[in-house]
Amino acid sequence: MEEFAALIDALVYTRSRNEKLRLIAEYLRATPDPDRGWALAALSDGLDFPAVKSSAIRNLMKDRIDPVLWTLSRDFVGDTAETASLLWPAPDDPPSPPTVGETVDLLSAMTRKSVQTELPRLLDRLDASGRYALLKLATGAMRIGISSRLAKTAFAQAFGVSVEEVEEYWHGLQPPYAELFAWAAGGEAPPDIENLPTFRPFMLAHPLEDTVVDLADYAAEWKWDGIRVQLVRAGDETRIYSRSGDDISATFPELLDVLPFPAVLDGELLVRGSVQGGEEGGAASFNALQQRLGRKTVSKKMLAEYPAFVRLYDVLLTEGEDLRELPWTGRRARLEALMKRLPQSHFDISQLVQPRDFDHLAEIRGGSRDEAIEGLMLKRRDSPYIAGRRVGYWYKWKRDPLLVDCVLMYAQRGSGKRSSFYSDYTFGCWDGDPDAGADLLPVGKAYSGFTDEELKKLDRHVRQNTVNRFGPVRETDKSLVFEVAFDSVHESKRHKSGLAMRFPRIHRIRWDKPPHEADRIDALRALIRD
Amino acid sequence: MSAPFSWIRPEPHGIHIVPADCWVDPARAVDKALVTHGHADHARGGHGQTVATPETLAIMKLRYATSDGATPVHYGETIRLPGGVDATYIPAGHVLGSAQILLEHAGERVIVTGDYKRRADPTCPPFQVTPCDIFITEATFGLPLFTHPPIEDEMAKLLDRLAAHPDRCVLVGAYALGKAQRVIAELRRAGHHEPIYLHGAMEKMCRLYEDHGVDLGELRLVSDYSKEDMRGAIVVCPPSALNDRWSRRLPDPVTAMASGWMRVRQRARQRNVELPLVISDHADWGELTRTIREVDAQENWITHGREDALLRWCQLHQRRARALALVGYDDEDD
Repeated sequence: MEEFAALIDALVYTRSRNEKLRLIAEYLRATPDPDRGWALAALSDGLDFPAVKSSAIRNLMKDRIDPVLWTLSRDFVGDTAETASLLWPAPDDPPSPPTVGETVDLLSAMTRKSVQTELPRLLDRLDASGRYALLKLATGAMRIGISSRLAKTAFAQAFGVSVEEVEEYWHGLQPPYAELFAWAAGGEAPPDIENLPTFRPFMLAHPLEDTVVDLADYAAEWKWDGIRVQLVRAGDETRIYSRSGDDISATFPELLDVLPFPAVLDGELLVRGSVQGGEEGGAASFNALQQRLGRKTVSKKMLAEYPAFVRLYDVLLTEGEDLRELPWTGRRARLEALMKRLPQSHFDISQLVQPRDFDHLAEIRGGSRDEAIEGLMLKRRDSPYIAGRRVGYWYKWKRDPLLVDCVLMYAQRGSGKRSSFYSDYTFGCWDGDPDAGADLLPVGKAYSGFTDEELKKLDRHVRQNTVNRFGPVRETDKSLVFEVAFDSVHESKRHKSGLAMRFPRIHRIRWDKPPHEADRIDALRALIRD
Repeated sequence: MSAPFSWIRPEPHGIHIVPADCWVDPARAVDKALVTHGHADHARGGHGQTVATPETLAIMKLRYATSDGATPVHYGETIRLPGGVDATYIPAGHVLGSAQILLEHAGERVIVTGDYKRRADPTCPPFQVTPCDIFITEATFGLPLFTHPPIEDEMAKLLDRLAAHPDRCVLVGAYALGKAQRVIAELRRAGHHEPIYLHGAMEKMCRLYEDHGVDLGELRLVSDYSKEDMRGAIVVCPPSALNDRWSRRLPDPVTAMASGWMRVRQRARQRNVELPLVISDHADWGELTRTIREVDAQENWITHGREDALLRWCQLHQRRARALALVGYDDEDD
């Protein structure tokens, strides 16, 4: 447990992604089974011990320290696990610390009753860092800035395997992932996942940019504006995975018993609406889908107001047959054939676009914004389905961004290698006629789209034109105009301007433009499409 | 005959010694001030007369460039103030020159601690427990979660990290008066005799410490050296410079901060600290409560910091206590 605690502490204080990967990989190499498997589980998906909750920790502490002093301390620290780890009265002669494996066994065996006597025994065996790691692990939320994907990437790096393979086996296995370590670290045969509903890594696309492709070799289809999902059915169970490989089945319960045969399907998850495919059988804009995202439980009202369905792009496996080696045309034909067996209530197929030539395709793309569609995809007709992004196979050709001129209002220092630079910018548009005394209202925030050289100039501008400071934030004199690029704009109650931009980034810095010539809120509002 | 202790009054801007009409650590300019130590929230310029230890007066002269009306009082020395009040300066163990001030009038004894700690510090003499009737204590780290670890552990952490990154430097953010010199002196005590690089703002204070007999070893100014020179070295700067443009001239610094607040992870993360060093010149919870017990005053007045918790502790231990609402004390940089 000491090594795991040291890892957690190191991760808490490390900002660099590469350094985090290195720390986790080093730990995974140096630590025996099953400890490293439990640690990997804690860092990725989290462990769940039903008897050990924050309330149990609070009760434990209130038996050991005056409740007023506990509350004052907890308020200062802002985290129950950390406060308890700092305040725990350590015994003078602590028994030897447990391993991670032993800790997990003991935590699993605890009941709501026994936790009050068993957890203290465990805490007594650890120092403050160990207690912090224990309580974080036990309550299931590490919250130390490590994503599941990062933990898997570190595992892949530790043992020189590809993260796509790790992803492929991951969801078929349970912590402490003995088979995964036996394969990656021990050179044994890979885990058998055929009858398990596991995630297969997505095939991804490169931006088209200035490339012109021959439409004899490439098929064109819409790039729908929902979320890319993989629907997997195996062993009588259906699961839905997001692009990052997260299991989001619980968020879309209506899709869990509509796939009638074993398969792995690639598609876009959308909610019903009247754009993205027309009045009949169309989908709503991304903004409507957002109502459904990130929920662990879904109300009946949500299900009725925003019914989800999947618009299919591709098929990877069906009824035990792996189709990924087939050319795209072959898979497309298989997918079209499968559509007859899928209920129309929850599935349709992503229709191909049939342009006369490339110029015609460009014209079609030009109209995608009015349909709230994200753009076009170009897929090489002979492309197999390969994990990751491979040059030359698939291209995405998104609609052109929207542009608006905004005025820099606030700047905040960045982190990591930008830590001394004012690199995060909040900008606004005029709420009326600036010459008649209208104010600027913030409409968005961006921290990308400029070069390192431009960043230095922006940093200097912020420092020389500061009118107010709020901790790490500086308010500027509102003298600089940004041309801001963004994908779309929506109504939002969270912002004072009533608007929220999607993917805003700095397109150009208009050192030349006077701020009163920047755009007004009304101009931005006119760009709303849903 | 006036009521007991009516001669000493806590006011929002300092502690007023009524018969002498002078103030302890006043937050605004007054005719006559008794100053416990040189930190800016206790020592301000512009007083008509300033009574402090010679070290504190030297620090104030350096910081405010004024020395008018300076009245030095050595540790253990007593001066007579108007109105029959005696003031004795007693080591507080906080920083160079820091003192508790014992005030005696009509047979009543009051101690104002200013800031203090109970740990050994190579840069100043240790806190002396002195009996009194009213003990006016600070409470900067007045929460039971604050336990400052032995400084040797923190030095070992720092030196281990330095050894692990021979191509980088370790940049230690430390308060320019006291903390910086203590960290340097402790590094020397731990056997680190390499040159230590300083941010320009620290130079004069380090020289002042040296002039008062504190050996800090070889110190160099960052501005006189190149990136290459500083690889594998320790650099000390004020906390405000840690994430500042200034640090761009250093070789890929590991950001460290020496402060009692580093005990709490989120505090360290907020400041983008990679290597938190829990080093404080204030008493931790154990030291505060031990000191209250050892001084064993009839009454404890708690000046600044987390007074709620210390007040609660006093209640739980049947000790009379009250919190004073003084303004202007600032504890964020310790």
